[in-house]
Amino acid sequence: MTRISRRGLLKTGAAAGVLAATGMPLMASPKKGGRLRAGLSGANTSDSWDGRTHSDLFMIASASGSVFDCLTATAADGSLVGELAASWEATADAKTWTFNLREGVTFHNGKAFGADDVIASLQMHTAEGAKSAAKPIVSAITDMKKITDHQVQFTLAAGNADFPYLLSDYHILMYPAGQIEEAIANGIGTGLYAVESFEPGVRMVAKRVDSHYKGDSEGFFDEIEYIAINDNTARMNALLTGQVDAINRIDFKTEALLKANPNTRIQEVTGNQHYTLPMLSQTAPFNDLNVRRALKYGINRQELVDKILQGHGQVGNDTPIGPANQYYAGDMEQLEFDADKAKFYMKEAGLTELNVDLSASNAAFEGAVDAAQLYQASAKSAGININVVQEPADGYWSNVWLKKGWCASYWSGRATEDWMFSTAYEAGVPWNDSQWDHPRFQELLYSARAELDSNKRGEQYREMQEILRTDGAVIIPMFANYVQAVNNKIGTPDTIGNLWQMDNARMAERWWMV
Amino acid sequence: MASILLIIAQRLALGLVTLFVVSIVIFTAVNLLPGDFAQLILGQGATPEAVESIRRDLGLDQGPVVRYFQWLAGAVQGDLGNSFAQANFASFAGSDTGSGLSSVAGQIAPRFENTMFLAGVTAMIAVPVAITLGVLAALFRNSVFDRATNILTLSSISSPEFFLAYILILYLAVQNQILPSLSLVNDDMTFLERVRMTLLPALTLTLVVTAHMMRMTRAAIINLLASPYIEMARLKGLSPMRVIVKHALPNALAPIINVIALNLAYLITGVVVVEVVFGYTGIGQLFVDSVKIRDIPVVQACCLIFAAAYILLNLTADIMSILSNPRLRHPK
Repeated sequence: MTRISRRGLLKTGAAAGVLAATGMPLMASPKKGGRLRAGLSGANTSDSWDGRTHSDLFMIASASGSVFDCLTATAADGSLVGELAASWEATADAKTWTFNLREGVTFHNGKAFGADDVIASLQMHTAEGAKSAAKPIVSAITDMKKITDHQVQFTLAAGNADFPYLLSDYHILMYPAGQIEEAIANGIGTGLYAVESFEPGVRMVAKRVDSHYKGDSEGFFDEIEYIAINDNTARMNALLTGQVDAINRIDFKTEALLKANPNTRIQEVTGNQHYTLPMLSQTAPFNDLNVRRALKYGINRQELVDKILQGHGQVGNDTPIGPANQYYAGDMEQLEFDADKAKFYMKEAGLTELNVDLSASNAAFEGAVDAAQLYQASAKSAGININVVQEPADGYWSNVWLKKGWCASYWSGRATEDWMFSTAYEAGVPWNDSQWDHPRFQELLYSARAELDSNKRGEQYREMQEILRTDGAVIIPMFANYVQAVNNKIGTPDTIGNLWQMDNARMAERWWMV
Repeated sequence: MASILLIIAQRLALGLVTLFVVSIVIFTAVNLLPGDFAQLILGQGATPEAVESIRRDLGLDQGPVVRYFQWLAGAVQGDLGNSFAQANFASFAGSDTGSGLSSVAGQIAPRFENTMFLAGVTAMIAVPVAITLGVLAALFRNSVFDRATNILTLSSISSPEFFLAYILILYLAVQNQILPSLSLVNDDMTFLERVRMTLLPALTLTLVVTAHMMRMTRAAIINLLASPYIEMARLKGLSPMRVIVKHALPNALAPIINVIALNLAYLITGVVVVEVVFGYTGIGQLFVDSVKIRDIPVVQACCLIFAAAYILLNLTADIMSILSNPRLRHPK
């Protein structure tokens, strides 16, 4: 039997694997049958089966995780696999992509799946008036052509080697063409589970489809029931009393109680979710590279992981690329607290003293204000005076983030490097929260995007992470783990996905009843 | 009898005025909170253009006075408007959800039913228990039983609701798995399953409301025990139990009914914390969620329901105490 210790795995940085905190035996073979009852947070009364609006776990697990399929999917180990697409290929410039669709797939209402459905489903995101979160992805497609009933060709405005990855986004679900309204109203997809009942913000029940293209290797439960429990304590109680078999988002404060319970076990994975302290790099004093470097050495990252995350995380290295990313440079030299280096860079900047305001609120992340105060204490010994400004949580994202010179923030991370960088680090994009505009970085971003050679891409992404580590204007002290729990009735595979909570929200497909 | 009808009409008219004032107060209060729906729903993604476009879609770009009167015009015609969350969602997706939940009324109706069910179950337990305990405490006043009942009920009313809820969960759901800790009710359940699911929150609420009713019953009865007609009854040789139930209780009904009505109103309006703790999908939880995102139409509707519950139950209490008192029933 293989045993993996959580700490050991974190240290090696090879954390794209499962962290079996209780030291559970990792080998077990899945078995069919049973009903999965999961208590999940992130449900709203405004939820629906429209993938364009999905933003939180409950609907992601219900839609892309069980009832609907995308063209591609990210496997638990982070590799890209086909879901409704069987295979795909690109021209050398990564501009034209041909997707071969799976044959013999039907929607839950009996309609056969084909090229028309793909085109109609993608067009939903660019339709007039629709404000889809996946619009940037789909609007990069200049032309969609149906070649045969089971082959589609996409032409992109510019080469993008990540294109198949982007199509695994949980917003881009496949709907039956011509019946989209109905499919949104009743939840008609091609997934392993067909909807039995759905009350927005309350409950979703779905039944396993009898014969499914995924065969018997996935989707072991006869039935699944997702119950909306937004309150942390209520979710914990429900697991302890056996009313549900699995819950997401464990409160670190009460985690010890769950650990002590012999009937439950905790799953913990380090993914791409990270907490940040972005500085506006075009405004003084943060436009001075030496000031930024002094600040990078003035923070004690390990202390933040220990005290704010209570050990449930990993120190960051000022790059947003995390262990769940393909080209994560985990072996770069780690930035550590070093008062002498901080003082050195202060001197380089011609300063003997530095006074800066750091705006923080727990709206950014739980414990942001405490984190800012810890930073204040460690930076003081390097002659940096951080004035922690406690901002109100209401309106934080409108009034503080992107506006104040230095503040606290968070990102849940993205599946690919390009996606993350072009969301928050490309010059001029609206969410570039550090006003980052670095010529070499920008050049690498564009060349890596169209590079199909994985080795070359890896080198380019490595250099970009290196640039952010040494020069970047965002301090990323920590990556926060996804912590969830199941009871002993549930069997889980060796590798748990770390892109999203609950095994990439695919527990209905991957877990089973013991 | 005509005078009672007149009283009812007068009180109902006053109630409408009260509701109007309540709606203004709530509207102003929600508008005074920092941040509006557009900013809160967008969170980190609140770019100025996105905020502007949501405000435009929902009419939030108009002044508060205009918005209030638009809402009022709809409300007096029985249209409580559309929930911001749903309206925003529809404009987001470019199509309706098809769930029929977009109107405030459609969203509140099933939740209100659940809240009323919980209040009903609680009342069925709490009212008989409180009155029985009150009568017994009056009967055995200053005995060990009386003191123990008083201490127990007073300490339960003095504890915060969530604390009582967690104590009950600990003993009745975690250590002895008798009742479910999560009150998941849905339409497929039989009546008995539903009652079972609702029992823990109902017990919590019972602990909260019993003390008030029980002590009022006790005090009202003890107050009467000194009156001459009770002494007469005793001298006739009636048993203490009979004296209290037959002679004292009917005359003590008015204050008791008043307190019961107030507590029933509390069962509808004060369940917010209990609903959240037990994950019960009632109106209280909807109310909390809506305040969080400043969904003004839903907040308004919830508050009006709460206010109406108070007004109607108070009115019922007054009518009942008139009816229970012959002197008020037949004024000279």
